[in-house]
Amino acid sequence: MKPNENLDPLVIGGKSYSSRLLIGTGKYKDFAETKAAVEASGAQIVTVAIRRTNIGQNPGEPNLLDALPPSKYTMLPNTAGCYTADDAVRTLRLARELLDGHDLVKLEVLGDPKTLYPNVVETIAAAKTLVKDGFKVMVYTSDDPIIAKQLEEIGCVAVMPLASLIGSGMGILNPWNLQIIIESAKVPVVVDAGVGTASDAAIAMELGCDAVLMNTAVAAAKNPVLMATAMCKAVEAGRAAFLAGRMPKKLYSASPSSPTGGMIGKP
Amino acid sequence: MIALTINGSPRTFERELNCAELIGELDLTGKRIAMERNGEIVPRSQFAQCLLQDGDRLEIVVAVGGG
Repeated sequence: MKPNENLDPLVIGGKSYSSRLLIGTGKYKDFAETKAAVEASGAQIVTVAIRRTNIGQNPGEPNLLDALPPSKYTMLPNTAGCYTADDAVRTLRLARELLDGHDLVKLEVLGDPKTLYPNVVETIAAAKTLVKDGFKVMVYTSDDPIIAKQLEEIGCVAVMPLASLIGSGMGILNPWNLQIIIESAKVPVVVDAGVGTASDAAIAMELGCDAVLMNTAVAAAKNPVLMATAMCKAVEAGRAAFLAGRMPKKLYSASPSSPTGGMIGKP
Repeated sequence: MIALTINGSPRTFERELNCAELIGELDLTGKRIAMERNGEIVPRSQFAQCLLQDGDRLEIVVAVGGG
């Protein structure tokens, strides 16, 4: 049984979503594949990047927003590639103008081009400016519970700790830190980055994360559309298992599932 | 003649022009873009009123795939 979507919505920035999977739109073969994967994932929130337009080249070039119309999906413009608070703030102000005043954004400020590890000092500075400027900020961060709490206190509408490094597909490396973040958070916790396959997404949801955001795990699969379907099911299954409450782990139980009495051949 | 820097590249124009005219010159009319002039957003509704000055630095962006 699926969790009742109406009774268990994901609420971010005052808006309800029935899907707890957020999906990125990068690294696909073409917009047709992007669209097919997004549709298969069931995601309602999709991330997009903001980049300089090619001037004087391919005037008829297709636009991502034609493939994924903002009337159908909630756009989540990101600051991927930004290494300073100032660049991140400028990028999101451009995004807000581009998307007609849309204020839900994904803030990420990187610290290192090799690992793409977040720079939390610049992230905090950018978050303060953006919140003051009226943005609803979903913020990518490390899995440091203290930083996550500070970002929540600044006024971010969701905190998004990494499971492992961006694009690594290494899965959830520190479930204990995620658990501490989840326990103390009053805003949704979204695992962002590091998910490699469906079981990683399910584990994140079983831990009690409110949602999972991924891109490479789907786009770099041999069959992205099929992986998008798998991720959709994994997130739903993980959420249902979390709500159901798992049985406690025991080394052994001496309590078989079948009755112990009524066995044949006994005296 | 005015010299502008657009998306990091120098461009010169024969005459003064506003943002709407620039967008036309760049074949971007009707495209979903946003513009920043010297670090400040130029709202699309004000393109026609925004006269560009020699030395202006412009960023013109679109949405692309990203995670």
